[in-house]
Amino acid sequence: MTDTTETPAGASAAISDYRKQEESITLSSSPATDAPDTELLTINMGPHHPSTHGVLRLILTLEAEVVRDVKPIIGYVHTGIEKTAEQKAYWKVIPVIERMDYVSYYFNAMAYCGAVEKLLDIEVPARAQYLRVIHLELNRIVSHLIWLGTSAIDLGAISVWWYCFRERETILDLFEMSSGQRIHTRYFQVGGVIEDVPRGWVERVRRFTKTMRTRADQYAALLDKNEIVLQRLRHTGVLDADTLLDLGVTGPLLRAAGNPWDLRKAAPYSSYDHFAFRIPVGATGDNYDRYRVRHAEIYESCDIIDQALDGLPEGPFITEDRKVALPPRHELATSMEALIHHFKLVTEGFRVPPGEIYYPIESPRGELGCFVRSDGSSKPARVHMRDPSFHNLQMTAPATRGSYIADLVATLAMIDPILGGVDR
Amino acid sequence: MTAVFAVVGHAEAWWIQIVKSLILFIVGFSLVPVALMMDRKLLGRFQGRYGPNRVGPLGALQPMADIAKLISKEQFRPRTSTGFLFALAPAISVLTASATFAILPFGDVVDIFGAKVGLYGVDVSIGILFAFAFSAISFYGLMLGGWASGSRYSFLGAMRSAAQLISYEVSMGLSLLGVIMTAGTLSLTGIVNAQNGMWYFIPQLVGFVIFMTAAFAETNRPPFDLPEADAELVGGYNTEYGGGRFASYYAAEYFNMVIASGLAVTLFFGGWLLPFGIHPPHWVDPFVVLGKTILVMAFFVWIRATLPRLRYDQLMSLGWKILLPLATLNALVTAIIVVVTHS
Repeated sequence: MTDTTETPAGASAAISDYRKQEESITLSSSPATDAPDTELLTINMGPHHPSTHGVLRLILTLEAEVVRDVKPIIGYVHTGIEKTAEQKAYWKVIPVIERMDYVSYYFNAMAYCGAVEKLLDIEVPARAQYLRVIHLELNRIVSHLIWLGTSAIDLGAISVWWYCFRERETILDLFEMSSGQRIHTRYFQVGGVIEDVPRGWVERVRRFTKTMRTRADQYAALLDKNEIVLQRLRHTGVLDADTLLDLGVTGPLLRAAGNPWDLRKAAPYSSYDHFAFRIPVGATGDNYDRYRVRHAEIYESCDIIDQALDGLPEGPFITEDRKVALPPRHELATSMEALIHHFKLVTEGFRVPPGEIYYPIESPRGELGCFVRSDGSSKPARVHMRDPSFHNLQMTAPATRGSYIADLVATLAMIDPILGGVDR
Repeated sequence: MTAVFAVVGHAEAWWIQIVKSLILFIVGFSLVPVALMMDRKLLGRFQGRYGPNRVGPLGALQPMADIAKLISKEQFRPRTSTGFLFALAPAISVLTASATFAILPFGDVVDIFGAKVGLYGVDVSIGILFAFAFSAISFYGLMLGGWASGSRYSFLGAMRSAAQLISYEVSMGLSLLGVIMTAGTLSLTGIVNAQNGMWYFIPQLVGFVIFMTAAFAETNRPPFDLPEADAELVGGYNTEYGGGRFASYYAAEYFNMVIASGLAVTLFFGGWLLPFGIHPPHWVDPFVVLGKTILVMAFFVWIRATLPRLRYDQLMSLGWKILLPLATLNALVTAIIVVVTHS
């Protein structure tokens, strides 16, 4: 189309090649319409736009208020974390990997630690597994609270945000108590967790799950039967389960369409099979089902947390294998062996036998899988995450084509993509 | 001689009128920061937080600080915008809003040091039509602002505001027919005096509900804030505005909220009248009106804190398919009742 501009030779050739490639992508398409004289408006939504949840960029082709075509463009928050992980010892990867999907950080750490543990073939103590489950489910609630708050803002119900963040603060306080950090806690370690939970923590979590249930009831009272919410969410953004599976969509979005696929049940990890919980499933796969499924998952998470607290076993919180886990602090002054282990772990890290593994878990957004390949050194040869946000984002266009802009915003809110996870 | 425009109920000496309009202007524009502050403080309380509380006592000077900040900013204008329209549009919004304030009655004609003064800007015989005329013009403020910005988001916002204001203006007008017929006058002071005994929100409940719904739409307040739906259109018609011009739009929006509340008080809540046969001295009347207006404004804020936003097509069908037939029916039923009872 724009062949009039010559590519200048010399230093800027590389940039121009890139620019040429970028410009060769048709961003706006003119879909076949029955009325050829209808005027289409191409609008650039994002990367900085209030409702694109970070830096998602959508190129919309509009016919008045109706979306005729959507092209999501990603890559604005590409962090290179997967590559960074190759430069770090296994245990130093955890802090960076937590920052991919920055809302559900425990899940990133869990997927990665689980993968490395499988490669190392070490046993995680039961107490550590239970503590992991409690933290994972607390994090699931955090993630769903953030989703609910931001979605409600996108729908125009501004107050729900504050209510959700009030509960989120309580959970972050719990995280701070157990690990010293509010987000990106680095609490999960290869072989267990970094520290046992402090005294009083269990009671506080119990108190929290109790209030959380009543608060979730209050959200439901505000939103569930609100006529405007019903009109905005029902029968919008509908996609059936087969289409979703074809697009690789998992998690609450798939469950809202009626497919009860949940890795916590389908392929239990970290002793999830010890707990009785239900999987909320939707019927039609519209935005309202997506909302209800996630909302119901908050209750189920509370149930799992309560069961895990009741059955929290005594014992070590991290593996006794000193080749992998740091020795207790007090041993350093008395045991030569402990000092050597400590030195080796801190300077070099542990070595992992060669091999590769894919370790999937159920994150709040769907299947979060971590692929790790080891070449036998103390640094991973390759780390790759199958982030659910990336795959879920593929349903944007099929779910919103032909709907109103407002529906697009609502659907995007219900997809709940975390762009840090999409771009990695 | 027949009046060309409208008959004025009570006219004072020219100097009284000037003083009156100055006072009204000052009161009106003082209500804007009050509305702003109330919006933010009440929203804060609804949302489990404090709201602004740093500037001045209890944060009361926060709106002043905001206005000072906005006015001292650079007047930015996109290269694609149409210069003079871009500057004119916010002025239209403010002007029409403050003009409507002139007809809000704060009391009847009272004796002040021997001079008979009406506690209102002007009491015209067309009364409520004056308000409609100016709210129709105020739509140009949004429309021109959105169009002159030369931005697509603004354009979409302007389109939405055009459609929304036109469709809700009709329902609003029809919803008031019942009140006008019952009172038998268009004059706002006349309508208030006719409510002696029973405020019109009881016999005209349907009209009141329609009026309030339409008032939310007319003032672009949630859940009808589609022209500036921040989640969809960034800021709608005011996306490209900043500094003093943005402040003008903002002030106009809150001014419109004040006026809509004031109109609701005048037309449905008996203006300066108090229930249970309480007849305070006349100097209390303006404060009664102000108090009632602030209560209605609190209702606006409450709704904003609670309800999500409607979708564009839902807004349209609500306006044309529900409110308009309902308002027509209300007018018809009221007309029949008025005819039957008065003959």
